[in-house]
Amino acid sequence: MGRGKGDGGRVLLEVKGLRVSVAGNEILKGVDLTIRDGEVHAIMGPNGSGKSTLAQVLAGHPAYSVLAGTATYEGKDLLDMKPEERARAGVFLAFQYPVEIRGITNSYFLRAALNALRRERGEPELDPIDFLQFLEQKLKAIGWDDSMLNRPVNEGFSGGEKKRNEILQLAVLEPRLAILDETDSGLDIDALKTVAETVNKLRGPDRAFLIVTHYQRLLNYNTPDVVHVLADGRIVKSGGPELAHELEAKGYDWLRDAAMVS
Amino acid sequence: MTSIEAHVQQPYKYGFVTDIESEVVPAGLNEDVIRLISDKKGEPEWMLDWRLKAYRNWLKMSEPHWPNVKYGPIDYQAISYYAAPKKLPKLDSLDQVDPKLVATFEKLGIPIEEQKRLTGVAVDAVFDSVSVATTFQAELAKYGVIFCPISQAIREHGDLVQKYLSTVVPINDNFFAALNSAVFTDGSFVYVPKGVRCPLELSTYFRINASSTGQFERTLIIADEGSYVSYLEGCSAPMRDEHQLHAAVVELVAHDRATIKYSTIQNWYPGDEEGKGGIYNFVTKRGKCAGANSKISWTQVETGSAITWKYPGCILQGDNSIGEFYSVAVTSHKQQADTGTKMIHLGKNTRSTIVSKGISAGRGQNTYRGLVKIMKGAEGARNYSQCDSMLIGDKCGAHTFPYIDVRNSTAIMEHEASTSKIGEDQIFYLRQRGLSSEDAVSMIVNGFCKEVFKELPMEFAVEATRLLGISLEGSVG
Repeated sequence: MGRGKGDGGRVLLEVKGLRVSVAGNEILKGVDLTIRDGEVHAIMGPNGSGKSTLAQVLAGHPAYSVLAGTATYEGKDLLDMKPEERARAGVFLAFQYPVEIRGITNSYFLRAALNALRRERGEPELDPIDFLQFLEQKLKAIGWDDSMLNRPVNEGFSGGEKKRNEILQLAVLEPRLAILDETDSGLDIDALKTVAETVNKLRGPDRAFLIVTHYQRLLNYNTPDVVHVLADGRIVKSGGPELAHELEAKGYDWLRDAAMVS
Repeated sequence: MTSIEAHVQQPYKYGFVTDIESEVVPAGLNEDVIRLISDKKGEPEWMLDWRLKAYRNWLKMSEPHWPNVKYGPIDYQAISYYAAPKKLPKLDSLDQVDPKLVATFEKLGIPIEEQKRLTGVAVDAVFDSVSVATTFQAELAKYGVIFCPISQAIREHGDLVQKYLSTVVPINDNFFAALNSAVFTDGSFVYVPKGVRCPLELSTYFRINASSTGQFERTLIIADEGSYVSYLEGCSAPMRDEHQLHAAVVELVAHDRATIKYSTIQNWYPGDEEGKGGIYNFVTKRGKCAGANSKISWTQVETGSAITWKYPGCILQGDNSIGEFYSVAVTSHKQQADTGTKMIHLGKNTRSTIVSKGISAGRGQNTYRGLVKIMKGAEGARNYSQCDSMLIGDKCGAHTFPYIDVRNSTAIMEHEASTSKIGEDQIFYLRQRGLSSEDAVSMIVNGFCKEVFKELPMEFAVEATRLLGISLEGSVG
């Protein structure tokens, strides 16, 4: 189940007719999207097509205004939830541009975030010692060392380290829906491989992915169940993994033209 | 930025008034009032003469207006210069402290009752113009450490007081220092003898309670050769529509190889959202590293007061002496702060470090003003300064005025400055990980202040973190 083409399993997220504007410009012009438990969806598309907007609006960034449409997550109105409520319900966004937080170590930050989630689930909070043990297991599972843990969150991190740090947070916070916003951009080939392999390890029947990307290269490693092409604020084509290869070969123009015509 | 604006509305938590019978002298300032204060304190003649000399100096001086703050004229004749609870215990018998006073300090988190004392901390509790209790005096005396109200020190350790008083801050140093010298009422006196490491943290808590009064405290700390002392002061006041003046003077003297660590958590009533009421905190604090290899370290967390005007500084006279200044100043609502430090390098190989963190929220205005002066004889002097400002919202301001005066070409000076803004993106990032917006702001601000907080004694670092959370609660939505 779940790995088919969106035909089995429970619906985790259902987006219908979503129209979104930022600073008065309409970016998303009616997006429909259904993600079931454990599925991996890729959103591809040219620059400016609205890919990142979709990621941000699903996570609840306050700068985006929803004009119309709905997004239902686990049966609840996602758009009515605060960003932290979405996070606590299991929606995770790996940021395209992770921010720096001076003076706060990664491990302190991760523990605060994990405990916020645990409180929501009615689980006891982890003290620093228990958390360290928990973290060691997580690191071991993904085969990473602890070199980033005692550095301030993203401060002085290279672009690649910042992206890796997002994936580390994903591994620790164990979301049900992980949205990766251009996690592959700015990564060299080795870093890309590390990130992609980790994402594969984190795939599972209880975790769906929405991978937003401009290029097909990440999808070589993380084979999606469904590929959607977003152009000019609409999903103009959906298909299996082979669609990504087609885009790599032909570019986006033929689809953009199709979008303009429709 | 509308949601970021929404927040600075947290009520002040220490704004209660203690209903206690007080003796308040009528408002106004003249030589008779000074004689009255001196008489109430049972002071020797030399002290009264000293006060009168300060008063006559003050009459010739004018209020400074160079700080980057705005306020209406202060009527010095409308202030009462002495207020004290009527029922006062005899010194050294804490059991006789009026239960209302005990309850007041308890409510402020400063237990003065025997059985509830803070472990490892000796406390001098000052209520309006008088010290009402000083804990652990006898314990400290075993080590030869004197820790008592300054009024008691003037009576019992007159020679020491006379030897050091106004040697660091002269009576005519500035308008408010001269005023303080004329009318100061209480404060703490500390003497740590040669080679003694003071076994307890020493702490004074200042509480203003009476209305239409000012508080003029005076603190004098002397660390003799090779000694060490860590001292902390805290303060608060009721919420009132009027502005109340707090003009303190603090003098520190460190002899050869002595270290004084002085920490302040300042939480005077800051006034309301419209800037009504609040304390004018006009303070002169200065330490002298008189001996070689001595060290004075100032750490301040300033969250309260309508206006803060203070520059805790160090005169680095002894060779190889070290001066440090670590500061967090928060201005929200309509608070104004003009604060920083002065590091005066006189001795050879003297070093100073300045780390200043200014946080502005609401319509607060925050100014760092600092002077680093390297005198001719200060061969090999070094200074490192770091001034960081953080803005929350778009109606507040941050200003930095670093003055550098170098008269010896061997000096090495470093100055770093930054200004950052807590933005929606930072808050959103943390909220996306499950933190509430309050926790997000608190995390960002605490990270920003980390270098300063780590200088505070353990017991108070927690308090400072909490206090900062309260002052900024509501500043981001």
